[in-house]
Amino acid sequence: MAANAEALALAEESSKYKWGFTSDVESELSPKGLDENTVRYISMKKGEPEWMLDWRLKAFRLWQTMEHPDWSKLNVPPIDYQDAYYYAEPKKKPTLESLDDLDPAIRETYEKLGIPIEEQKVLANVEGARKVAVDAVFDSVSVATTFREELTKAGVIFMSISEAIREHPELVRKWLGAVVPQRDNFFATLNSAVFSDGTFVYIPEGVRCPMELSTYFRINAENTGQFERTLIVADKGSYVSYLEGCTAPQRDENQLHAAVVELVALDDAEIKYSTVQNWYPGDENGMGGIYNFVTKRGHCRGARSKISWTQVETGSAVTWKYPSCVLAGEDSVGEFYSVALTNNAQQADTGTKMIHLGKNTRSTIISKGISAGRSDNTYRGLVRVGPSAENVRNFTQCDSLLLGDKCGAHTVPYIEVKNPSAQIEHEATTSKISDDQLFYAMSRGLDEEEAVALIVNGFAREVLQQLPMEFAVEAQKLLGISLEGAVG
Amino acid sequence: MLKIEDLHAGVEGTEIIKGLSLDLPAGEVHAIMGPNGSGKSTLSYVLSGRDGYEATAGSVTLDGEDLLSMEAHERAAAGLFLGLQYPVEIPGVSNVNFLRTALNAQRKLRGEDEISAADFLRETRKEAEAFDLSMDHMKRGVNVGFSGGEKKRNEMIQMAVLKPRLALLDETDSGLDIDALRVVADGINRMRSPDRSFLLITHYQRLLDYVKPDKVHVLQDGRITRTGGPELAAELEREGYVGIAA
Repeated sequence: MAANAEALALAEESSKYKWGFTSDVESELSPKGLDENTVRYISMKKGEPEWMLDWRLKAFRLWQTMEHPDWSKLNVPPIDYQDAYYYAEPKKKPTLESLDDLDPAIRETYEKLGIPIEEQKVLANVEGARKVAVDAVFDSVSVATTFREELTKAGVIFMSISEAIREHPELVRKWLGAVVPQRDNFFATLNSAVFSDGTFVYIPEGVRCPMELSTYFRINAENTGQFERTLIVADKGSYVSYLEGCTAPQRDENQLHAAVVELVALDDAEIKYSTVQNWYPGDENGMGGIYNFVTKRGHCRGARSKISWTQVETGSAVTWKYPSCVLAGEDSVGEFYSVALTNNAQQADTGTKMIHLGKNTRSTIISKGISAGRSDNTYRGLVRVGPSAENVRNFTQCDSLLLGDKCGAHTVPYIEVKNPSAQIEHEATTSKISDDQLFYAMSRGLDEEEAVALIVNGFAREVLQQLPMEFAVEAQKLLGISLEGAVG
Repeated sequence: MLKIEDLHAGVEGTEIIKGLSLDLPAGEVHAIMGPNGSGKSTLSYVLSGRDGYEATAGSVTLDGEDLLSMEAHERAAAGLFLGLQYPVEIPGVSNVNFLRTALNAQRKLRGEDEISAADFLRETRKEAEAFDLSMDHMKRGVNVGFSGGEKKRNEMIQMAVLKPRLALLDETDSGLDIDALRVVADGINRMRSPDRSFLLITHYQRLLDYVKPDKVHVLQDGRITRTGGPELAAELEREGYVGIAA
């Protein structure tokens, strides 16, 4: 292996983050800082009913009594919550009924990102591309939702959460906060107070959603936090596959992203939730990047329900995220498939919680951590079996791959079993990419970066193959790009 | 085709190849035989461009091109193939995907178009059959769970699909039972052609019973001490390396 200096030089040369451009879109911002008026401002801008404002204010008052959690293995400088904008809206208000009225600059942004907002474009997509309905969130506002008509025919509700609050208040009111309560944790509580937009999905009883649903999140405005809220309810016997992708411009200052995602699966329902998280990770010296503090939880309420999380985490300066499953329904199933890649000065503390409450519940955890540069990558996972949960099974596998000798990989499993019939398995490995593997691939014609990308993709394969096809291809490329300059 | 002139090379400052010269014309098969520690594996790594194996003097050219100034992957694209003594496992990457990625990477470096998926699969299926590995094997992770013999046959499949100008086979016969040895030897014989050369690096003459070399070189202490025809291999077998030492 060549010297580390060479690797550093390589890393400096390549400005790797290809989504780092900003778009020239005039924004209407809330006043800077955070107090009750900010909350009222957001609620007012959204035209929300009073119950919603009250819900937000209750969360805000709670939040003021809470403290930033410090139990993770992350080194995060204090965040000044007064030095940020909590709401940014593209000035030209998009008419949601007609995509033609969308601000061309926003449209261009999504085109650059390769997001198919225009239905025709999706339909015209060659080589039998599957139809994917897209909700695009630009800073704080959902700007476009596609395929609405076709989804409505199937009875599926897929819209921005702001619209859902207005149009389906009974559903939102029933489920919002049902899985992640307002007081859940510091960031979830903050989100409950100031969430700006996000996506709402309802799949009626017995309906298999006719296409994949996708939300694309983009932070564009400066000094803006993004607090989206996603709520997916799968009624009895329904099925939905949902994808989310995220990017942000390259900026020197850190930006906060604190999302909440709640999933509810009733009897025999299945939700498959896939994420490719590629927020700006900061530069190679750790300057800038997104602070990603996200609370994601699914509630398998119904018998035989299933929730499956798949995540590919390559972005953000700091990631704090534990997509979890509460397995309450009998025979329900929770799955967590994760690839977390950290390079340069990135830090990730991510994993899952599988809370087994119902009988015969099963969970699978497959975590693949890849550390390069000076980064730190921690898997933190909890498997809990309640006293009345008979015959629970869990299988956990945590594999870490190290590139170079300046990075860290940590595995922190917590296992709490209160019922003796449970079968819990935990396997963990840590390895380095071997010189033999690198040379073998290079002797066959791959350059060093191609060789690393190939080996890393092989390492992550079990997880990548859980992703829908288009996302899997994208994720594979992303792993390669995120590691550019990481070897030497 | 391959011209090595007064090559000095080694690892971390220790000289292991000490003034080696060799001329391998197009279409010929040469064998390099030598005892353990004579520099056989070092030679194959130096020729194929492994990191850490540095040439300190001399020159190596392939079809007149300076091989030593190229990176390992560029040498592969220039037509060099190294069949490894211990083929490596790459979990999660299927043999088929590995081979296709490699072939397309080489073609790209040579300014050629990618091979179509159909052509590639047809070719791979044919070669897998010829070297007696099932397509089921080919869809598994690279060499994962393969026996020693299966790994070597997999190397041969890769060679056959990549179609190198020069194949450098390092102890390809080791770990093969007699049937596998025949399969591999038949493959090499089938691939012999006027514009392809082979350099067989081996300890024993076993393989040379099935693949008749044009020349045999004896490598001792980093130098070629004798060169002769196929009969030299038999002589080595009878008298041992000590017996024929210069």
